[in-house]
Amino acid sequence: MGFLFEDGNFALFRDGFLQTIELSALSALLALLLGTLLAAFRVSPVPVLRAFGTGWVTIFRNTPLTVLFFAVTFGLPPLGVHFSHLVFAVLALGSYTAAFVCEVLRSGINTVPIGQAEAARSLGLTFGQTLTQVVLPQAARTVLAPMSSVFIALPRNSAIAGAFSVSELYSAQQTFSERGYSIFAIFFWVACAYLVISATVALLFRFLESRLAVAR
Amino acid sequence: MSKPFTRSTTAGVLFDAPGPKARARNRIFGVLSLLGIAGLLWYVFDALNDNGQFDAALWDVFQYTAIQQRIVDGLVSTLEAFGLAAVFSLVLGALLAAGQLSEHKPVRWVCVSVVQFFRAMPLLILIVALYYAFFAKEPMWALVLGLSLYNGSVQAEIIRSGVNAVPRGQGEAAYALGMRKTQVMTGILVPQAVRSMLPTMIGQLVVTLKDTSLGFIITYHELLFVGKAIATQPLNSAGFPYIPVVLVIGPIYIAMCLLLTALARWIEARGRRGANRRTSAAA
Amino acid sequence: MRTRRTFAVALCAIALTATAACGKDGTPGASNTSAGGSAAPALPTYTVKTDVKVDSAVLAEAKKRGQLLIGAKSDQPFLGWEDLASGDRSGFDIEIAKMVAADLGFTPQQIKWQTLVSSQREPAISKGQIDFYVGTYSINDERKKSVSFAGPYYVAGQDLLVKADNTTITGPDSLNGKNVCTATGSTSIKNIEKYSPKITQFDTYSACVEKLMSGEVDAVTTDDAILKGYASKYAPKLKVVGQPFTKENYGVGLNKDDKALRDAISDAIKAHQDNGDWKKAYDATLGLSGAVAPQPPALDRY
Repeated sequence: MGFLFEDGNFALFRDGFLQTIELSALSALLALLLGTLLAAFRVSPVPVLRAFGTGWVTIFRNTPLTVLFFAVTFGLPPLGVHFSHLVFAVLALGSYTAAFVCEVLRSGINTVPIGQAEAARSLGLTFGQTLTQVVLPQAARTVLAPMSSVFIALPRNSAIAGAFSVSELYSAQQTFSERGYSIFAIFFWVACAYLVISATVALLFRFLESRLAVAR
Repeated sequence: MSKPFTRSTTAGVLFDAPGPKARARNRIFGVLSLLGIAGLLWYVFDALNDNGQFDAALWDVFQYTAIQQRIVDGLVSTLEAFGLAAVFSLVLGALLAAGQLSEHKPVRWVCVSVVQFFRAMPLLILIVALYYAFFAKEPMWALVLGLSLYNGSVQAEIIRSGVNAVPRGQGEAAYALGMRKTQVMTGILVPQAVRSMLPTMIGQLVVTLKDTSLGFIITYHELLFVGKAIATQPLNSAGFPYIPVVLVIGPIYIAMCLLLTALARWIEARGRRGANRRTSAAA
Repeated sequence: MRTRRTFAVALCAIALTATAACGKDGTPGASNTSAGGSAAPALPTYTVKTDVKVDSAVLAEAKKRGQLLIGAKSDQPFLGWEDLASGDRSGFDIEIAKMVAADLGFTPQQIKWQTLVSSQREPAISKGQIDFYVGTYSINDERKKSVSFAGPYYVAGQDLLVKADNTTITGPDSLNGKNVCTATGSTSIKNIEKYSPKITQFDTYSACVEKLMSGEVDAVTTDDAILKGYASKYAPKLKVVGQPFTKENYGVGLNKDDKALRDAISDAIKAHQDNGDWKKAYDATLGLSGAVAPQPPALDRY
């Protein structure tokens, strides 16, 4: 267990930890924005946009994340898109998670009482206004629980980026095992790091839930 | 309360049946976004084409029967790992769920921590650690065990919430009839929970299927491993066919997952019909 | 009831198209990787020894199994290459593996190859997934903590692979701030770090070469032997800089505690170096990339 504090191993571990957090945070942001947009597409009055939303969700939810990483890291450069590998990872992870965010939001929208939207419309609000000012804020409350499992899964999924040239916790684990340390000791520390991350995300959502809770 | 003018419940809640003006506006939006999407697709196609990604030389690999055979073998390995992991994760899920609902505090405590631990652990880290520590000779078992531990924990959570969602009267009635805890669980609560949670459970099986692709990192010869070999060992010097491989392997995964989802719908529909039959017979 | 039947029909249709799609004809085996045509030097053949007496646990197991499990790379032209259409392995590392196997009493048909990337080598060897590993495996002290090495059978030097029209990268000193790709778990990373480039890592060198060709990285660094293979396979597009700045002794990696097997493999390498097989194998593989055969290295027994 003590190996972590020798030979600059801690710096590697810390950098990996921070990189995992950075990657997860950026991907979460992208997933949230893109997912909300896609959910809006999926409930919009324009059939083309609905079809686009459905197509996106079908493709991205049913493709393994590893295949998606391959597609992004080796498929975008030939298209003339050149980014750092961190950005590639954010794109892959973000657009994958966006599909799940979209589905959670959509089912949340379905749980908002019909009367709310009807009342908003009778007040003369447009589709965009109804969605952003009346329906989504209410949906946000009911989707918090399923949303939290999506965002707890995100840092976990981010480990795959380690196999695609992002120096995060998984690649730190690889480097340690190449340096010949016991796999059990390595696993212990890496596991701790991930438990801390997922516990933090869970707490964050618990806090949000208590903030958004209303007496019904 | 019925809304005769709306098309579907999802969409209909949020906007009125469009009048002539709105219809025209929607049509403009539709055409614009169609143009946008088509333009993007065309750009992608054009850039790939300019880049030579559709050259016959890059796609040539897929013509060889030996390579087709490899893809089929990879597919079989993927399904093999998936089948084992699916069975083990369901069994483990049932056991852990039972443990989480146990009346004995230590059992409950152990099961809850096991579930929470494996749910928080990245599957990749788990599989690689299992491979290095125990299964270097048999990478398939590292993959299957990793998948089972992780997905088993998730299935346990699903089953547990399903059991908790069964109306309380069901359990109380069973106890009142003098059934023991095990009987109540296995005979009354779990069957109802499984039925209501079946779509979610099969949804998790789709995740299991997708995650078998992590096997390529630990030398398990599944579909993605084969795909990667095809991409990195080109038969000619035209370049590495990464994009052709993604365009072939990706749809195979998507098709498998969609089939599994369709199976879920079918089972769900069957279950519902069965329930109806019973109620009508009782009535 | 009707929907159910429609669904079943749809399922059958999908299944049918799926199976029909696999039925396309093809002609495997038409390999064009061994460039050089009829003028290419022939590969040597090795006589399989029959009464091998080596007191090795690993070998005893392999005898019982009737198969020798050898780990190798599969994506390095002229070194460790697997032709996917025919399933044939070729290259200098593969020849070394075959000559060693012959001296241990195994025919080429009795070899079961296992493709392993750099970072998988130590666990695979120490846990017995393979009997030994032949694949551009540099001997160093850190690795000797978990595996042992027979050989060296070849001496390479770390070099740089760049696009053919690149004139700015002339050696390791010109790498400052440049984007350089190499493989996870290789010695090349440590050697290049002191020239302060930006490092990109993938599990295989072929991924790096792809990144070089698509312009994502400026150079690929690893041993010259590997790079020469890629340079000649993708002939006019890439070139090797030709300023090797390290010395890498390639060894056969095997179980740390099996001294008997280590000695037997070293003996086999020595014997084939002396009878000329080593040079013939070199000429028919690495030699095709244009480099003249060097003197075989002296063995380092321990």
